[in-house]
Amino acid sequence: MYAAVTFDASNASQLEVNLPWIASAGISFHIGMDGLSLLLVLLTTFLVPLILLASFRHNYKNESAFYALVLFMQTGLIGVFTSLDAFLFYFFWEVALIPIYFLAGIWGGERRVAVTFKFFLYTIIGSLFMLAGFVYLYYQTGPAANGLAAHSSDLQAFYNLSLTTAEQSWLFWLIFIAFAVKMPIFPFHTWQPDTYTEAPAPATMLLSGIMLKMGIYGCLRWLLPITPLGVSQWGWLIMILAVIGIIYGAIIAIRQRDMKRLIAYSSLSHVGLMAAGVFSLTQMGLQGAVVQMLAHGVNVVGMFFIADVIQRRTNTRLIPELGGLTQTTPLLSVSFLVVLLATVALPLTSGFVGEFLLLAGVFQYNNWLGAVAGVTIILGAVYLLRMFQRVMLGPATSFTAAFRDLNGAELAVLVPLIVMIFWIGLFPNTFLQMSEPSVIRILSLMQR
Amino acid sequence: MASIILLSVLGIANLFLGFLRSNRMLLPAAMVILLIVFGANLYDWNAPAQSYFNNMLTIDRFSVAFTGIVVLTTLLLLPFSQKYVRDNEANLAEYYSLLLFSLVGAIMMVSYDNLLMLFVGIEILSISMYVVAGSDKRNVRSNEASLKYFLMGSFATGILLFGIALVYGSTGAFQLSEIGMAVTNPANDSLRPMLYIGILLMLIGIGFKVSAAPFHYWTPDVYEGTPTFFAAFMSTVVKTAGFAAFLKLLVQAFPAAQGFWIPTIVAMCALTLLIGNVGAVAQQSVKRMLAYSSISHAGYLLIGLVAFNGELSGLSANGIFFYSLAYSIATIAAFAVLKLVHDQRQREDYDGLNGLARTNPLLAFVMTIAMLSLAGIPLTGGFFGKFFLFGAAVDKGYIGLVVFAVIMSMVGIYYYLRPIIAMYMKPADNEADTPIAVGGFQSAVLIALVVLTVVLGVLPGLVSGVL
Repeated sequence: MYAAVTFDASNASQLEVNLPWIASAGISFHIGMDGLSLLLVLLTTFLVPLILLASFRHNYKNESAFYALVLFMQTGLIGVFTSLDAFLFYFFWEVALIPIYFLAGIWGGERRVAVTFKFFLYTIIGSLFMLAGFVYLYYQTGPAANGLAAHSSDLQAFYNLSLTTAEQSWLFWLIFIAFAVKMPIFPFHTWQPDTYTEAPAPATMLLSGIMLKMGIYGCLRWLLPITPLGVSQWGWLIMILAVIGIIYGAIIAIRQRDMKRLIAYSSLSHVGLMAAGVFSLTQMGLQGAVVQMLAHGVNVVGMFFIADVIQRRTNTRLIPELGGLTQTTPLLSVSFLVVLLATVALPLTSGFVGEFLLLAGVFQYNNWLGAVAGVTIILGAVYLLRMFQRVMLGPATSFTAAFRDLNGAELAVLVPLIVMIFWIGLFPNTFLQMSEPSVIRILSLMQR
Repeated sequence: MASIILLSVLGIANLFLGFLRSNRMLLPAAMVILLIVFGANLYDWNAPAQSYFNNMLTIDRFSVAFTGIVVLTTLLLLPFSQKYVRDNEANLAEYYSLLLFSLVGAIMMVSYDNLLMLFVGIEILSISMYVVAGSDKRNVRSNEASLKYFLMGSFATGILLFGIALVYGSTGAFQLSEIGMAVTNPANDSLRPMLYIGILLMLIGIGFKVSAAPFHYWTPDVYEGTPTFFAAFMSTVVKTAGFAAFLKLLVQAFPAAQGFWIPTIVAMCALTLLIGNVGAVAQQSVKRMLAYSSISHAGYLLIGLVAFNGELSGLSANGIFFYSLAYSIATIAAFAVLKLVHDQRQREDYDGLNGLARTNPLLAFVMTIAMLSLAGIPLTGGFFGKFFLFGAAVDKGYIGLVVFAVIMSMVGIYYYLRPIIAMYMKPADNEADTPIAVGGFQSAVLIALVVLTVVLGVLPGLVSGVL
């Protein structure tokens, strides 16, 4: 919060801290924030308290360990968003992974062991590729600024490298795989629906609301500026994969009976659009991705929270078993509708600004891809409104007969989220201004 | 030097403590001895390098650093022998003394200047190990382990000795520096085949001691039969001393022959990584898994030898130092937890760990950190150990080998996660399982092991460039 007040949205990184960490190897504890980092740090600090509040009165066994892991995870996330040193980035990247593994593995659903194991292996194998890429880059750099080491792992040193097209081509893949698994982009997504479904609600919110953004952020901060030639060589393929992911996620979401799985697939669809925006390499696409990261973080946390509320009351997440909730629950209905419409990207809500900019960016890249990606809005409306209709409207079922409306703690989570949805929807400039210089800088770094 | 004398003298003193009726004095006495030795050893850190016994041994920073690791390892391991004290084990004084004497051998292995001293050091260490491997006298498996280790070990020693003889034959020297000069001397070119065979036989001999493939076959069986407490000692102290000796030999005696032995080590390294990691996946017993994992860690340490830079400092030596330290600490923690579980539940398979997080959160947490460190996950020392070794090898251009090692460490993550899953995510088989009894002092040492691992993982700069 202090950061937001002192921030002046200029080009350079703010609040920089640069301490030698492993001086003899030219690795330093170098963190700092520009507009892009700041937005994501704000998102994290905004969402984590709400996620904790969402688990209020949940009575998880071993609560102290549970909350410690969530906070530990927050450290990792903020670290990822602020690191300006490759190895520090990798370090925090893994620090964020370990707590979520335990959160999902210990407090998850029935199939948690197999599912989280797959998730862990998937992501760590991806990130080992990234580490290999970083080590290679590290040995290409010149002497570190402190003069003690022959190489430096500072971000700026990586930016200053001049790599050949062939090198960039395979480095692109090494680094991209880590981010692609984390986002996840089709076809690296197979861990995602299972993990989202099996993880306890707070862990799912962390995964989808914030952790997914690590992948997009990584692309913006590390991948695009370091391997611009690799991006221009392979960008088309990523665009196609991303668009496939959009359609694929949306179509599968239509068929889901489980609320959590439906939201998981919708999340897959949305993140595909963000990735497409990033790889459109237009200012609009990148800005759209940034806003959409915030918007999606807020929306998806809201969606999962509401799914969790319903599940806690009725002990079921299966859509056919639900219905008729609007009669007794005005507060829940209204908040559900707002969050849902924001996810569908109705104008005035947060989803609209992001998706509009993203689609505009994709259109600039290629009209056809833009047109196909645009279908996402229609499909999104189909599966989300269908879910709303089946869950909230119609006759009540035996599961929903005795349903109580939201209580104070639950409102305390939803109200800030809804305020944020309208804020992003009505005054997106607050956020666009912050990230604009960073986005322009990333694009100019790509023009080297 | 003080450390060798102190260990020998106090080791004998410790032996005589066995005449007392009670075993209670033995453990504190042994720990105090090790503390004194550790201090005396560190005292040599700032002293200039000094040679003893007509240049047979040299105490320099390299030897002080590695002596530090082996003494610290033993010190941290000793508290977990408390069960022997409680059970009033008859030969406890002898076992402690054997460990102290074997440390003398380990110190000679890290500070030798003469191949004879290397041989004597290896023998002192090995013979103690043959004895303690069979210390569970009434257990067939322990007897088998001891016999197997002894037979295979003697062959390996014989091969090593033959290698030393051939090296002597082709260079006319036992002294490392003289061998180094003789190897570069063009007058000796006609004796090269003999020298190369000698080097190869020495590589085999030491490769056996550090359980590098294809000389690793003894490891799983011997570890399985050896009482867990001594298996932990084997997989840490013997390996650390073995690699220090390896590095010293290659750096001081054979730098000029690196065109010959580097390809050999690369092949050993790749094979060791493959067999260690793939073998560990198939194991059902945690102890056998740890045995294969110790083979795989020999493979990672061999990467440090491949990254050879011709001196006992720099990336290669520092990498091996850091890795040995991080590996030893994590391995002790893993074996200690395993031993405590085994003492009470009499099981060493994965299911024996089920539900440990509920009955003994501390043990489960310690095991988790140890596994994460062995798997090389950030925030633990194991990550930076791997990082430094891989970095050193990349610096020398062995990118293919490092890529292979990275892929193998991905395999490693699979089997290191299995104990964690068993402890945290599976219910105990027997709901009536009582918590495992852990002494207060043992808990403190376990916590110290975790703290050390995390400190190495967060502030690796403390010891990463000491050599």
